[in-house]
Amino acid sequence: MIASLETSSELQRRRAKARWFRRLCQVLTWLCLVLLALLLVHATREGLPWLNVGFLTEFPSRFPERAGIKSALVGTLWLISLTALVSIPFGVAAAVYLEEYAGKNRLNSLIEVSIANLAGVPSIVYGILGLTVFVRWLALGRSVLAGALTMSLLILPVIIIASREALRAVPGSIRHAAFALGATRWQTTRHHVLPAALPGILTGTILALSRAIGETAPLIMIGALTYVAFVPEGPMDAFTALPIQIFNWVSRPQPEFHELAAAGIVVLLTVLLMMNAVAVLIRHRSSRDLQ
Amino acid sequence: MSSTILESPRAMEGGTAAPDLRRKRMRSWREESIKAVLFLCALLSVAVTIAIIVVLVKEALTFLQSVNVWGFLFGTRWTPLLEPRSFGVLPLLGGTFLIVLGSALIGIPIGLASAVYLSEYATNRVRGIVKPILEILAGIPTVVYGYFALTFITPLIRIVLPGTNIFNAASASIVVGIMVLPMVASLCDDALRAVPDSLRQGAYAVGATHLAVSTRVVVPAALSGVMASFVLALSRAVGETMAVTIAAGATPKLTLNPLESIQTMTAYIVQVSLGDTPVGTVEYQTIFAVGMLLFVVTLIANIGAHRILRRFREVYE
Repeated sequence: MIASLETSSELQRRRAKARWFRRLCQVLTWLCLVLLALLLVHATREGLPWLNVGFLTEFPSRFPERAGIKSALVGTLWLISLTALVSIPFGVAAAVYLEEYAGKNRLNSLIEVSIANLAGVPSIVYGILGLTVFVRWLALGRSVLAGALTMSLLILPVIIIASREALRAVPGSIRHAAFALGATRWQTTRHHVLPAALPGILTGTILALSRAIGETAPLIMIGALTYVAFVPEGPMDAFTALPIQIFNWVSRPQPEFHELAAAGIVVLLTVLLMMNAVAVLIRHRSSRDLQ
Repeated sequence: MSSTILESPRAMEGGTAAPDLRRKRMRSWREESIKAVLFLCALLSVAVTIAIIVVLVKEALTFLQSVNVWGFLFGTRWTPLLEPRSFGVLPLLGGTFLIVLGSALIGIPIGLASAVYLSEYATNRVRGIVKPILEILAGIPTVVYGYFALTFITPLIRIVLPGTNIFNAASASIVVGIMVLPMVASLCDDALRAVPDSLRQGAYAVGATHLAVSTRVVVPAALSGVMASFVLALSRAVGETMAVTIAAGATPKLTLNPLESIQTMTAYIVQVSLGDTPVGTVEYQTIFAVGMLLFVVTLIANIGAHRILRRFREVYE
């Protein structure tokens, strides 16, 4: 009798502990949401008064009330377009090779190991690479092109990994059917596997590009300018980009510039959110199609 | 209709054998060249890896000709831009260590707790809300986190501890912790969900509480994945640049006090490249030496994470 009383109180104690643990995990999980909300609300509250048409159409200025992000916005557009042009063909081609062609041999596993390692290399190291190879050895100078090439190398592993996943998700029966009709490997890939994997590849690519939009450190390394009062007109022009402009404003001591930085952040996050929404939309539609 | 389809290949075979053979040869030539092009694209990754190593090693070696290796690795004064110059990298390593430690204290417990909650407790609806939130947190640019640290977290710390420097390691560590949190959470969540349900059912059957099942069965069973995610998070914190540049300051200092201004390896590289340092000078070469150190540290961490995954993986089924 006494023993069972003891066990029941022990049981209650254990159950109470379990309840507390559950609550703790729950609170910590929702803390993520709180943090995200805090960050967004803080930036929006600080930046909103500065957000107007002039902010988007003016060049940067020493006077906060006249400063805008036109050159940064156009620079980011240039940078991302060129980065997409370079990184998508190379990334998708590499993924196709590794998924559809590569057999098991030393060289191919070396490629796999390189990609896995490159995905973990800090972005600033890519900046050092870009500074040496593109800016100095290839003498591209501190141009949009040098920035875009550096960014392309940075997001290449991301695109390859995402594209490989998309290709792997294409059922083998599609390949077998094409081979059975006498199609070559390339014909099979080009006309059947790639179209089926396209939504997945697109989603991964958009997410990779949105990472490139927010990257700051490599651009500082290759010497994107912090004060640019013109719009780049070709790939060899000097440029600035949104995150660089934000960094420039954040590193000034005056609070007005911090608020300008917040306004820039609101623009940057809006662009990123739109890209993410497109990616989610594509993923959603394609998952419906497959069903 | 069907007979023409059946006959057509035979007709080609009989009538025009030579062009058909040529076409076949053309076709296989095309196939091979496409394969070669694709292979070269894949090889680009190896080329990039080699290029990174060559670039870093080349300039770092030139640097080490003017500075002694031991003096660089174990010197405790880092003043390459000021006279008298001194090239001991320990203050930068110490700064990085402080940030990594602080961010691990924030990111790892919260990340793991979220993963346990998501995989062991949460309903599908809650997962559907929390997962995208984590993805958004992971996708926010680091410069934004830097802004958040400087204009939101630092003032908060200074309300509680008024003696705190405007630039301090604590506020940078907190945002870097928030930054690595989604990574820990989603990698741990994957690892925990890979544990077969039979283990949980077995534990419940002998009367274990939900707490005991989570902490004594599921987490230990997924330990390799969980540990690997911790190591990857640390590696990410080592390489993190913008938040620490903005919020942690530019004072290379060997200290364990998180309320002081410090400098990390990454922030130092940014500082040098923001200035006008002429190519070929020792100051310029320092960024390659520090970059090399950074590369080696993150490489070891990443290889370590993969090793942990491979060696300690419990294989179910």
